[in-house]
Amino acid sequence: MMKQQDVILKVENVSKQYRLGVVGTGTISHDFNRFLAKVTGKEDPYLKIGESNDRSTKGTSEYVWALKDIDFEVKRGEILGIIGKNGAGKSTLLKILSKVTGPTTGCIKYNGRIASLLEVGTGFHPEMTGKENIFLNGAILGMTKKEISRKLDEIIEFSGCERYVDTPVKRYSSGMKVRLAFAVAAFLEPDILIVDEVLAVGDTEFQKKAIGKMQDISSQAERTVLFVSHDMGAIQSLCTRAILLVNGELNIIGKTKMIISEYFKAKTIAKEVFPISVFNNSLSIIDFHLHKSHKKEIINIVAYNDDISIIVKLKGNRSDIEDLLLEFKIYNKQQKLITTFSTYLLNFNLKFKNGDNQLKVNCDIRNIILAPNNYYISLIIMKKSNLSVYRIFDDLIQFKMVKSKDFILKNVVKPNIHGDIIFNHKWN
Amino acid sequence: MEKEKWLFNISPKNNTFNLNLKEVWHYRDLLFLFVKRDVITLYKQTILGPLWYLIQPLFTSVIFTLVFNNVAGIKTGGIPPFLFNLAGITTWNYFKECLVATSDTFKKNEQIFGKVYFPRIIMPMSIIISNLLKFAIQLFILICFYLYYVFFTNSGIRPSEFLFLFPLLIVFMGMVGLGLGMIISSMVTKYRDLTFLVSFGIQLLMYISLVVIPLSLFQKKGVEWLVMYNPMGYIIEMARFLLLNQGNVSKFGIAYTVIFSVLCLLFGTVIFNKTEKTFIDTI
Repeated sequence: MMKQQDVILKVENVSKQYRLGVVGTGTISHDFNRFLAKVTGKEDPYLKIGESNDRSTKGTSEYVWALKDIDFEVKRGEILGIIGKNGAGKSTLLKILSKVTGPTTGCIKYNGRIASLLEVGTGFHPEMTGKENIFLNGAILGMTKKEISRKLDEIIEFSGCERYVDTPVKRYSSGMKVRLAFAVAAFLEPDILIVDEVLAVGDTEFQKKAIGKMQDISSQAERTVLFVSHDMGAIQSLCTRAILLVNGELNIIGKTKMIISEYFKAKTIAKEVFPISVFNNSLSIIDFHLHKSHKKEIINIVAYNDDISIIVKLKGNRSDIEDLLLEFKIYNKQQKLITTFSTYLLNFNLKFKNGDNQLKVNCDIRNIILAPNNYYISLIIMKKSNLSVYRIFDDLIQFKMVKSKDFILKNVVKPNIHGDIIFNHKWN
Repeated sequence: MEKEKWLFNISPKNNTFNLNLKEVWHYRDLLFLFVKRDVITLYKQTILGPLWYLIQPLFTSVIFTLVFNNVAGIKTGGIPPFLFNLAGITTWNYFKECLVATSDTFKKNEQIFGKVYFPRIIMPMSIIISNLLKFAIQLFILICFYLYYVFFTNSGIRPSEFLFLFPLLIVFMGMVGLGLGMIISSMVTKYRDLTFLVSFGIQLLMYISLVVIPLSLFQKKGVEWLVMYNPMGYIIEMARFLLLNQGNVSKFGIAYTVIFSVLCLLFGTVIFNKTEKTFIDTI
């Protein structure tokens, strides 16, 4: 019974259907059909044909389910993370939760006030001063004037914009706007706060402040936060539980750590199959892999201090390829960039050998000193002539660093505490 | 097991007549702040500022007087044509501004509505109220000319003894403007064509709303049917009756106007509430 009371938000079988293509043509006839079905007591004719929302495959139906049968509960005081690829339905879910749009089927039950932060500074008017905008924005988010007046000083202090509160917002830098807007939202006292990726803007100092504030909100005031982000670092440090959405369906719900690793697993499943053609087949990537230097076999487990090579094979028009710059970027699990290997930095020119129709580019790396963990390599293809990015292939290679015999780490390395790089060192 | 208790519920369907007045009341400060925003930002960075409120009805009245009364020779009874036109235009303007601005609600506020929830009806309501301020300024200029004609000419005009009912008339006008505006704005979310209809329809409507041509003339020419079913016609005629004590006000006209305004507002609110839930998907 006690446990039952703790649930503050319950989402039951929520689905959302969208129409693809150009809305506007044929809406009258569809409306008419719907109306006819309603009058004759039949089911909505367009509710049946929707299919699961996989962006990359072409469906046959005009309607898709952006969300399908989402079911979960959130307890009071919990911070729930919502993760998923672009287009997995995260934003749609948040929109439904914050009543911006209604669900097609299913329902959501909750106790208390919901406030949503899908965007910071909604309704800011550029001509009005900071102070006036605090009131307007606060009221839009559901505060009364009295509440805002009471907290005005705190809001201004938290935003760090004291000097500018009487200046029109149009004179603000974008960072300042975000600070001011987040400050308003932070002093909102809803029972359930919904936050979309608003923290992506603002400097690191402010991001830290914002995340800290969210933690305070949930721990001290027993408020519930639903948080969507692509920043796995932020998700991990904030959320106790998380849900993973895949193509509009609830894939898995559970402890944050487990969900994040599921997320990356799901990510690597969608592996590109070589050859990948770039630009109407004029250029294709035949192969991209990792192997131990001076050995033939492809690896994805690398021992600390090893020498490795990253290899890419390209095929296509000679002069086009010779005008390319290549970059390999290594990211950690939290999608943080660790380092870059660039032909540009070393001023290396791609050159075909006589008689070859494909080019093999080798990048030899000596003594790799990444901490034991999983890493991802992205391939970036740029044009030399104007230094513009041609294509980015995210996370084409996944590899795992492991300990080696000649440098023994006695304990587990945690990237957020110890960093991603551990030099070969000795203590005396 | 005990039944679970939930305070709120979001589901695909809601009760058609659930207007959520309690929620609107909770957001009353927002209503006030939107009005404030409209007022202080409208004429920022213009030189003449609120003077524009005055220029527009004055110039229109001058032109109308020249064209309709001097050239076309329309008789306005004992009333100076300029005052006759100014009274009509001032009243008409309030309705026009309300209708045009509210009929755009969903489209214009797509940005805000797509990101945060509050009772959407706050938005058109704020428009009706902030337009009242404009109306007050225009009414002020009307009063100035009125007093001039009373004291400095011997036209013998005087207000009706029912002048105290004038505010009530404004309320009904606001109701029609809000109601029609909400109906149109709800339909615009799907069928954009209506935007065009509004912008030129309102022009045409003016001519059959007795703004420049008095009801008596319509009756004399036997085309009364043109204005008989137009509640705005009755409202303008009544306004002129209250202000200038001239015009025909019938019991039918009053009853028709009251019933039409109430129904219009009710219907508008219902259709608006129905649309607000999912318009963001279709707009």
